[in-house]
Amino acid sequence: MQTARRHNALIRWIDSRLPFVSFMEHELHEYPTPKNLNYWWNFGSLAGIMLVVMIVTGILLSMHYVAHVDLAFNSVEHIMRDVNGGWMLRYLHMNGASMFFIVVYIHLFRGLYYGSYKNPRELLWILGVVILLLMMATAFMGYVLPWGQMSFWGATVITNLFSAIPLIGNDIVTWLWGGFAVDQPTLNRFYSLHYLFPFLIVGVVLLHLVALHTHGSNNPLGIDRKGPQDSIPFHPYYTVKDLFGLGVFLIVYAALVFYAPNFFGEPDNYIPANPLQTPPHIVPEWYFLPFYAILRSTPDILFIPAKLAGVILMFGSILILMVLPWLDTSKVRSATFRPIYKQLFWLFVVDVAALEWCGSQPPEGSALLIGRVATAYYFIHFLIIVPLLGKLERPLPLPTSIGTPVLQGGGAAGGSSARMEKP
Amino acid sequence: MRRLYACLIALSVSCGSAAAVRAEESVDLLKQPWSFDGLFGTFDRGAAQRGFQVYKEVCSNCHAMSLLYYRNLTALGFSADEVKAIAADYKVQDGPNDQGEMFDRPARPSDSFAKPFANEKAARAGNNGAYPPDLSLITKARKGGADYVYSILNGYGDAPPGVTVADGMNYNKYFAGHQIAMPQPLQPNQVTFADGTAASLPQEAHDVVTFLSWAAEPELEARKRIGLEAILFLIVFTGMLYAVKRKVWAAVH
Repeated sequence: MQTARRHNALIRWIDSRLPFVSFMEHELHEYPTPKNLNYWWNFGSLAGIMLVVMIVTGILLSMHYVAHVDLAFNSVEHIMRDVNGGWMLRYLHMNGASMFFIVVYIHLFRGLYYGSYKNPRELLWILGVVILLLMMATAFMGYVLPWGQMSFWGATVITNLFSAIPLIGNDIVTWLWGGFAVDQPTLNRFYSLHYLFPFLIVGVVLLHLVALHTHGSNNPLGIDRKGPQDSIPFHPYYTVKDLFGLGVFLIVYAALVFYAPNFFGEPDNYIPANPLQTPPHIVPEWYFLPFYAILRSTPDILFIPAKLAGVILMFGSILILMVLPWLDTSKVRSATFRPIYKQLFWLFVVDVAALEWCGSQPPEGSALLIGRVATAYYFIHFLIIVPLLGKLERPLPLPTSIGTPVLQGGGAAGGSSARMEKP
Repeated sequence: MRRLYACLIALSVSCGSAAAVRAEESVDLLKQPWSFDGLFGTFDRGAAQRGFQVYKEVCSNCHAMSLLYYRNLTALGFSADEVKAIAADYKVQDGPNDQGEMFDRPARPSDSFAKPFANEKAARAGNNGAYPPDLSLITKARKGGADYVYSILNGYGDAPPGVTVADGMNYNKYFAGHQIAMPQPLQPNQVTFADGTAASLPQEAHDVVTFLSWAAEPELEARKRIGLEAILFLIVFTGMLYAVKRKVWAAVH
């Protein structure tokens, strides 16, 4: 209320009835933010912006797209050829999905490195994992809509995963398809849900923001703010920093859209769907490859057949993130002060990169072997290394406050990330 | 830790050798310097027009291009009257008329390219069981793109000793499995180019692939031009944002 007093009578009148201006000033202008956030903290706002870009381009595309097995492929080409600016909309949307996942994966790994999931931000983190799951479902259904060969066969392979569920699996698959094969009812419902899910994501993003603003951002040192000297208002400091980051991001995004729009795509998806002809290699989009690798490299485990075990581990590999706040026993958040965790974090990054590569290869020979080792290590990291390390590792001494980190013993190790801010 | 790193190095070495083995199985494509490559690429109009002539006189006997309309040809430098004349050479079915009957009429620029076969069954019946794919998106729908299509057109020849080619199939160096149902489509001097260009096989292949690349990505020129403008703008704008950021943060550092 106090801040709104600076404004004119009309805004004061509105604000006393619907405190929108006060709310914005409180959450954006006054919102205290750690002064030491580095550029890895840009990716949260970038993800939010990408969500808006995807919704806007998606709504415009939906005005021209036709969700029918005989017309879908040609309606996408109609957008590419005959709709004014249609090719730009479609390439922005198609590559936007890839950029969205790049941003979100960096955001997620930043959380893993700096321990952003720890007390008191567990629910903030869990909501983030929910957003990731919703994004994956949305992206998968969106990829089906152009009704090319990869759309059709990707949809067939992924929906068939549910047949691994004992007893009721096949009934579930028929229910998902709305028939006995991926066909018109499947395409129609995927289109409907592809339109719905982004708005569910918006809802969970709002909860994510409420949870964020309750305790504020974590920071590269991973220590709590001790007082006003450790904080700066979000606006103008982080609005301008986020805008600069957005500019850099848009240059990369534009380079992809305008000069390599099919870089992440599969040529097979420019062939109309043909239920009678299976492509030699069915590969999902790059952002699913690590999980696809886990699915395909899982062998029979005890009495569980390989297919079911693979499905369990694939979903488990994401769901395990939800319990990470309780698996990690270390009280120290930032890897800056955890010399062993810091190295194992990068080893985990390498492990996920190896899974990404394995997912793109036929599951045989060395690719299968590496896939199995990397899958095992993925779970060993979360279930054994992270819980044990919290107990065994001796963290470096923490700085007493954000304002004076370099004066402390841990300063040398933490210096690089903490000082990244200074140009 | 050190042991883990050693394992990783061993793994990456074994990946590398596996990739090398796989690479030996595929043949390197013939690479062409295409006019539409690069940041400033545009379609060579002369090559694309000659390529359209190759498509019209040779490919279109079996291959449809159902996503293209005759009106699109103006983008290759044909005048509106020329496009009208090109379209008028084809018959399309229209109707029903006031008597409720379908009738044939000459195609107009607003019609899509005439198809060589009424449907897939007819196409297979006329081609020894094989289905000639629609060429509208062919350079986008194959790994290797324009170079792949160019290589296929130049890749015919006698099978090496020891390789038997099935009945009705043809040997092609660049086709997966080396056996392709399509007989060699282009021969030297198969077309007489209107502009007097010598019609060697590589020339015909180069020109028709330029045409097919335009057909697959008619937006390419606009895309690259707008992209350049957008990226130049973004670089300047981001530079300014960086200056503002430095100024705003000056007091904090």
